[in-house]
Amino acid sequence: MAEMDTSSSGGGKKHGGTKSKKQSTRVDMTPMVDLGFLLITFFMLTTTMSKPKTMDLIMPKDTENEKDQNKVKESTALTILLGKDNRVYYYEGLAQDPNASANPDFFKATSFANTGGIRDEIIRKRDEVSKLRNAKGEPEDVVVIIKADDQANYKNFVDILDEMAINRIQRYATVDISDQDKKWIQSTEAANGVPNTPAAPPAK
Amino acid sequence: MPKVKMPRKSTAIDMTAMCDVAFLLLTFFMLATKFKPDEPVTVVTPSSINTTLLPDSDVLLFTVDKDGRVFFSMDGQPKRKKLIEDLNTQYKLGLGDKEIKSFVTGASVGAPIKDLKQYLSLSEDERKKSGLDKGIPTDSANNELGAWIEYGVAAQGGSIAKLKYCIKADNQTPYPKIKEILDTFKKKHIQKLNLVTNLEEAPKGTAAWEEANAPKK
Repeated sequence: MAEMDTSSSGGGKKHGGTKSKKQSTRVDMTPMVDLGFLLITFFMLTTTMSKPKTMDLIMPKDTENEKDQNKVKESTALTILLGKDNRVYYYEGLAQDPNASANPDFFKATSFANTGGIRDEIIRKRDEVSKLRNAKGEPEDVVVIIKADDQANYKNFVDILDEMAINRIQRYATVDISDQDKKWIQSTEAANGVPNTPAAPPAK
Repeated sequence: MPKVKMPRKSTAIDMTAMCDVAFLLLTFFMLATKFKPDEPVTVVTPSSINTTLLPDSDVLLFTVDKDGRVFFSMDGQPKRKKLIEDLNTQYKLGLGDKEIKSFVTGASVGAPIKDLKQYLSLSEDERKKSGLDKGIPTDSANNELGAWIEYGVAAQGGSIAKLKYCIKADNQTPYPKIKEILDTFKKKHIQKLNLVTNLEEAPKGTAAWEEANAPKK
């Protein structure tokens, strides 16, 4: 069996005795494809296609703030308070009228739930106010006053601003919470059996 | 019935095309990938319906974690270099080349300015361990956040108009901390801020949802 390896030389075919094997030019690509897809998977998973979004927040100048506040009418205002543990409280108007605010139903509690939460209240107030007419006979815009309690967190704040965007509320303002508001929150919490000690999740 | 001879087919498939596609995709993802810069803290941002994208450049980003620690970061190495050199001369920090380089190439920083030298000389892991990453003080007695904003703006050079101020805070960040930061910006007469959020869809039946789903004319 002294066969010569003639596969590399071209002239081996003519001699009938030594039939050279035709070598296939095909390469088994399976491992290469495997590797390729492995890398694809890696880069697909590590890549960040969805970039974070931003929410514009335009704050009023301090000097203009007071003027704007005074311009808000009692009838077009809706005040929203953010409390601890994602609680939301609201009342209509600015609570400048002591008679109205003495009413036990004046100060109401609600939540961020999709239905039956603060959104329904905002929509109701918006539609109600849009029926009112101002001095020029144009529909009024609801003005939402947002006050966040010290125990509210950032999520509540963004959620309520988002609520403004969702419901296309044009005019809203974030205002410092007053002591009266804090008292109302406390008494409402006490009435609802919420312990007065800060029940917010531990900081660490 | 004539006997039909079925040619025996090979089970080997030509994988060249598949391979081509695979590597094309691979190349795309390799080029499109930008590795996330290391964050000193993990921050879970709240969701909103806003679709404005966070720009890649000309951003002063303030990251606030759930305990209210504030971290500062800025894009562009030349700008960062200018910022840290300004701070160095102004506050007489005595930073060496090594610390300056650590700031320029690093990600976020969050330490009182007086601790900056020590903070920058440590590696990311050591910072966490040593407890030096206390965040930038924002309280009214010692409001260094204002200084960071000022120097950040100064380091921008010509492109102040495009500059955006972003706040990336955690869901659980207490509101008073946010208020302190907002007040600091207010004092600097910066009214337009950007809050970093995740995208969520507008809830059904609301004004925003109807607008987004209105039939196009």
